[in-house]
Amino acid sequence: MRLYWEVAVRGFRRYTTYRAATLAGIFTNTIFGFMRAYVMLALFDAVTEVGGYDVADALTYTFLAQGLIMVAYLWGWWDVAITIRSGDVVTDFYRPFDYQAYWLAQDLGRALYHAVARGIPPFVVGMLVFDVRLPLSPLVWVAFLVSIALAATVSFAMRFMVNLSAFWLLDYRGPGRLAAALWTALSGFAVPVAFFPEGIGAVVSLLPFVALFEVPVDIFLERQSGTGAAGALLFQAGWALVLLAAGRWMLAAARRKVVIQGG
Amino acid sequence: MAIITVQDLEKTFAVSRRREGARGLIGRLARETVQVRAVDGISFAVKRGEMVGYIGPNGAGKSTTIKMLTGILVPSGGTVQVMDLDPSRRRIDVARRIGVVFGQRSQLWWDLPLADSFALLRHIYRIPEQRYRANVAQFTELLDLGGFLQTPVRQLSLGQRMRGELTAALLHDPEILYLDEPTIGLDVVAKARIREFLAQLNVDRGVTVLLTTHDMGDIERLCSRMLVIDHGRVIYDGDVQAIKERYGGERTLIVDLEEPGPPIDVPGARVVKVDGPRQWLRFHRTDATAASLVAAVAARARLLDLTIEEPAIEDIVRRIYEGEAAWEASTA
Ligand SMILES: Nc1ncnc2c1ncn2[C@@H]1O[C@H](COP(=O)(O)OP(=O)(O)OP(=O)(O)O)[C@@H](O)[C@H]1O
Ligand SMILES: [Mg+2]
Repeated sequence: MRLYWEVAVRGFRRYTTYRAATLAGIFTNTIFGFMRAYVMLALFDAVTEVGGYDVADALTYTFLAQGLIMVAYLWGWWDVAITIRSGDVVTDFYRPFDYQAYWLAQDLGRALYHAVARGIPPFVVGMLVFDVRLPLSPLVWVAFLVSIALAATVSFAMRFMVNLSAFWLLDYRGPGRLAAALWTALSGFAVPVAFFPEGIGAVVSLLPFVALFEVPVDIFLERQSGTGAAGALLFQAGWALVLLAAGRWMLAAARRKVVIQGG
Repeated sequence: MAIITVQDLEKTFAVSRRREGARGLIGRLARETVQVRAVDGISFAVKRGEMVGYIGPNGAGKSTTIKMLTGILVPSGGTVQVMDLDPSRRRIDVARRIGVVFGQRSQLWWDLPLADSFALLRHIYRIPEQRYRANVAQFTELLDLGGFLQTPVRQLSLGQRMRGELTAALLHDPEILYLDEPTIGLDVVAKARIREFLAQLNVDRGVTVLLTTHDMGDIERLCSRMLVIDHGRVIYDGDVQAIKERYGGERTLIVDLEEPGPPIDVPGARVVKVDGPRQWLRFHRTDATAASLVAAVAARARLLDLTIEEPAIEDIVRRIYEGEAAWEASTA
């Protein structure tokens, strides 16, 4: 356990060295937040409510989604695939540790850094300029933080599998692009799933993608309160377990391949 | 007591490639599977504390053998016993007791300072605090790491990184150290420093070392025994000194005479080159001794200076690879 803690700490620390990247990222995320906010305002000029969101909900959603971008880190995380390509993965395979847990720990460390450094600033700026909604109950805040941690775990479990595809595919960025399209469309990042046509929305709400954005945002907006919030957290945790298990199965296949075919 | 025992070891890779001379869409898509026998029936044993050079030309099967010894690859045939364990079945148990350096790969964390990589390894291998501190201190001194312990690995020079890699492989006090081209790309000074370190490591800690290299200087400085393989088979296994005597028995006496003259005719040697007053006499150790030759030369001309060139292991090995002599697998 101590190892995974140390790994997480270094995952956090690793990103603290890229200060310029952090600043540039905050700037971009905030600017895009403004653009998206104005689109929302234009939309709510015509209507007062869409899918149960009022204008304050929509603005809050916008800046939450912008803040959570780097927690989910759905585009451009290739840390595992790169070691597979270079062959350095072999060194990790003969180390006495759990390979998946090792990367999960590292990524949770990273996600914490990004939640704080890349998440809070855009939201605070958005809060100062627009009328956003803040939960009053501490319980909601706790549920929200747990939900973010679970979102990070689900996102890792998915990215881990996409990265592992590099064992079989020369161009691992192919599945990466496909996955990114699914994540963007179905997670509630681009548009809240609540805005989807009802039937489609109901199906999408069962898929793991909503665990990345829609669920934490809905908890924050108290669209799911009390046992509803608990259920949402269970939903996320359930998908996290299923996806992590699928990743382990894929990893075992990759290991067999390396061990028999030499990579 | 053998710490490594390899018996009839084999590894066959299935490589799929495009059919030769294929035409048309179907022909282009149809691929054939070719079996590459990377390791083709290798047997040897290494005693505890030995330092063995494992050499052979590119593609001979050296890295493949090392991967099977570490448990990363499962053999297609034969058996491997490392510290009485089968590495591919007991990979983790073996991993705790061996150190590996692949010169072409890194086991350090690219973004982290060297010291941080060491700290992570401490937790991975659960190295007791005291042992860890003592080892880091010792290796820092021996390999002069002090100046760059806090530098991120990606900023290290190759020589610095390799010193870091060696330390990383040794922090958990492994009994065996596998080195796959640890001096690749290093300058003369850096190579010398690593050789000194390895020699001392072997003496001080009794670590068993299996060393793969293309630099015969590594072998000459470090190994008393060498295993030469080619096409996945052992073609020589024995003493480095013995191979020199047996296959490199030809030495050269270089003499500087007072005046240029015709090639000197002495029994047991022949002049292979003349350059002004300097002459090169080649002789086989069974035909003459250096002392008798020097006396014979001195009797025929005024001798100012002389040197004797030993056969370079490099030349011998090159000749082995080229198949110049009829080589058979021989055991010492
Ligand atoms: N994973 C693999 N898949 C297919 N063929 C492989 C694989 N690994 C090695 N080979 C083949 O096996 C043979 C032996 O390779 P190996 O890497 O063991 O050679 P080596 O002695 O280490 O050579 P070098 O001195 O160039 O490092 C080569 O023909 C190589 O192409
Ligand atoms: Mg090799």
